[in-house]
Amino acid sequence: MSSLSITSHTPNHDPKPVVYALTAFTFLTVGLLLFLPLVAVFAEAFSKGPSVFWETFRDPVTQNSILLTLKVAVVAVPLNTIFGMAAAWAVTRFTFTGRRFLISLIELPLWVSPVIGGLLYTLIFGLQGWLGRSLEEHDIQIIFAYPGLVLATIFVTFPFVARVLIPLMESLGQAEEEAAVTLGARGWQVFFRITLPRIKIGLFYGIILCNARAMGEFGAVSVVSGHIRNQTCTMPLQIEILHSEYQFAHAFALASVLSLLGILTLLLKVYLEGQASRRLPIEIPERRRHRDPATPLP
Amino acid sequence: MPRTRTHVLPGFQLSLGFTLFYFGILVLVPVVALTFRTFSQGFPAFLGTILEERAIASYKNSFGLSLLAGGFDGVIGLGIAWVLTRYDFPGRRLLDALIDLPFALPTAVAGIALTALYSPEGWIGKLLPFKVAYTPLGIFIALAFVGLPFVVRTIQPVLAQLPVELEEAAACLGASRFLIFTKVLFPAVLPAVLTGITLAFGRAVGEYGSVIFIAGNIAYYTEITPLLIVMKLEQFQYPAAAGLGFFMLIVSFFILFLIQILQTWNARRSGGRI
Amino acid sequence: MSIRVENISKVFERFPALNGVSLEVKEGDLLALLGPSGSGKTTLLRIIAGLEFPGRDGGKVFLDGREVTWESAYARRAGFVFQHYALFNHMTVGENIAFGLRVRPRNTRPPEAQIRRKVSELLTMVQLPGLEDRFPTQLSGGQRQRIALARALAVEPKILLLDEPFGALDAKVRKELRKWLREFHDRTGLTTIFVTHDQDEAFELADHVVILHEGKIQQSGTPKEITSSPANTFVSDFLGFNDS
Repeated sequence: MSSLSITSHTPNHDPKPVVYALTAFTFLTVGLLLFLPLVAVFAEAFSKGPSVFWETFRDPVTQNSILLTLKVAVVAVPLNTIFGMAAAWAVTRFTFTGRRFLISLIELPLWVSPVIGGLLYTLIFGLQGWLGRSLEEHDIQIIFAYPGLVLATIFVTFPFVARVLIPLMESLGQAEEEAAVTLGARGWQVFFRITLPRIKIGLFYGIILCNARAMGEFGAVSVVSGHIRNQTCTMPLQIEILHSEYQFAHAFALASVLSLLGILTLLLKVYLEGQASRRLPIEIPERRRHRDPATPLP
Repeated sequence: MPRTRTHVLPGFQLSLGFTLFYFGILVLVPVVALTFRTFSQGFPAFLGTILEERAIASYKNSFGLSLLAGGFDGVIGLGIAWVLTRYDFPGRRLLDALIDLPFALPTAVAGIALTALYSPEGWIGKLLPFKVAYTPLGIFIALAFVGLPFVVRTIQPVLAQLPVELEEAAACLGASRFLIFTKVLFPAVLPAVLTGITLAFGRAVGEYGSVIFIAGNIAYYTEITPLLIVMKLEQFQYPAAAGLGFFMLIVSFFILFLIQILQTWNARRSGGRI
Repeated sequence: MSIRVENISKVFERFPALNGVSLEVKEGDLLALLGPSGSGKTTLLRIIAGLEFPGRDGGKVFLDGREVTWESAYARRAGFVFQHYALFNHMTVGENIAFGLRVRPRNTRPPEAQIRRKVSELLTMVQLPGLEDRFPTQLSGGQRQRIALARALAVEPKILLLDEPFGALDAKVRKELRKWLREFHDRTGLTTIFVTHDQDEAFELADHVVILHEGKIQQSGTPKEITSSPANTFVSDFLGFNDS
């Protein structure tokens, strides 16, 4: 863990001019490339004054997009949380053939274009998709409707809880769970009384991360949404519509809400890292030690 | 009582079963469907789709610019990672936290923000004598934005655990700073830099939301491949969309595989710790 | 309870950890499994405990003559003390010790008052009375070790298995605890196996010592038998006889 410590840093032996130049360079690049876009969101949001800003949220269409975003997240996030816990338990507490392959596969949605996520479900449920005809006969709509939005969001966000929990549970080891078993704990007792209390902070972080991504997802959702105004537009899609209609202040006002969510997630990350004094993953796969989980920790 | 058993802890079948079921329904079945759809019209049709002139023009953006942006991130990311791990100065923690911003900001939000900055009337755009938004340069900037944290976050831990004694020993032996950098430091961080570049590249290839606003989406000029897929779908050209999607999926698999190899190399170089 | 192990073999990802090990421990015996790291001693202890299972045709484990090879750890009534104690850090000492009683199904679970009494008795027994409300992280290594023991004893095991019981302690505490464990064993008469890489510890504490190397038993016997006639060069090297 020491390698991931964020509070300590190695002393430097660089000559002063180099230090100043490089530090200035860092401030400049991080400021221009990363920070300025965030500033722009809020500046543009308030460019026409606070009244225009607040007006954005009085528009019922925009209100509906916020509601729809919440409705999608409230289904997608819990399902992915259950998946994340199950996957982490399976791959960190047991050995089986294909275990490492499975760990890599779980990452796949992060490296595939979100558009592909939408495409996959359109090919199955879309009007000309595999099940399109029979779905239409039964009057079930998935693509261009709420279920499609949920599916696409689940696809894009399902690795998040799992990839926070897998390295965490691997590093915790399983001696405590084994001890509980020797003391007679059965089935869920082991999970709820021993594992869950030990991983709850990591789990919380994973859920927050998953939620932030679920609410901000654009590409996958855009494909399956059909952009039906007031019906299938989540917040990011509503931002796109407002932007394309040159209602920039309104678009950025709505964008500022999602930005705040992102900032809160970042602040939480920084706080939790301070608590754990190690780096938490956001999207970068952690370099993990491939340990046979059946063997005791040294 | 089972005749044989291999697991001490409970829940193996339940947890693995649920994992595989969920994964199978959500990913495996759809990917199989995609593969069938792609080849339902034969291999030549698939080749025709992915070798179409407009598709090839889009690869120049999605792959070419992604590679350029990854390389650019590799260079400035190394500098930033160096400063953040080696120097101490007021605001270091804040800068460090800001690195993750592209992860935290939804892609559509980043997209419109970058467009606002780099459009001809934008804060940055109006200072520049040349056009950025609605040109390949705009795409490049968006891709560099999304890729930067991958590079910095991959290099940081490696730099942090490089023993300073190594450099001091080299210095004692009379090596110049330039020599120390090229012979000691650079070989040690190279795997991390390459891993970070590949990660940034992998993300940039599929990037959609942060690009389409600033790209302007002019056919043969600033179209990215994911956008082409979306357009085919909107025109109900499912086989063509499937073909392009399948092609991108294969590329992603390949990149994921490459990342795994690079990470193993990186982990081995830096002591194989977590 | 007596323990018998017949021809146990175990392979970890192509690496053989145990290779045809057979062993017998008499009721009330205190036995040490001694060997360098990687010798398979911990794996053997875990197989006896039911925390690891031999492969198919990988041998058998008997407790009091009854085969338990595939039984769960709890069904074997084996108390296990982990190398780093594996205390539940989110629970108090009292909750740790009571854990095995509280997870029982309602019909066999003792009433709360009785559980509390039992916890306090066990704490007295391990000479740490009144520590119920402390958290494990507030205790010293030696104290944690004894809490782990009390927790294992709460479910009234028939055998006691300890993995490197003194491994994480400093020399002084180690000496004290060694003496205490011997007295404790003599008082309870519980069949006990402990794993160690420290020969002084094995020879000073145990009635019988089994020396393992590369997954095979090199020699077993009383401390006197082993020190007076080492069976092979590995044993004499390991005991350091060739140095002097």
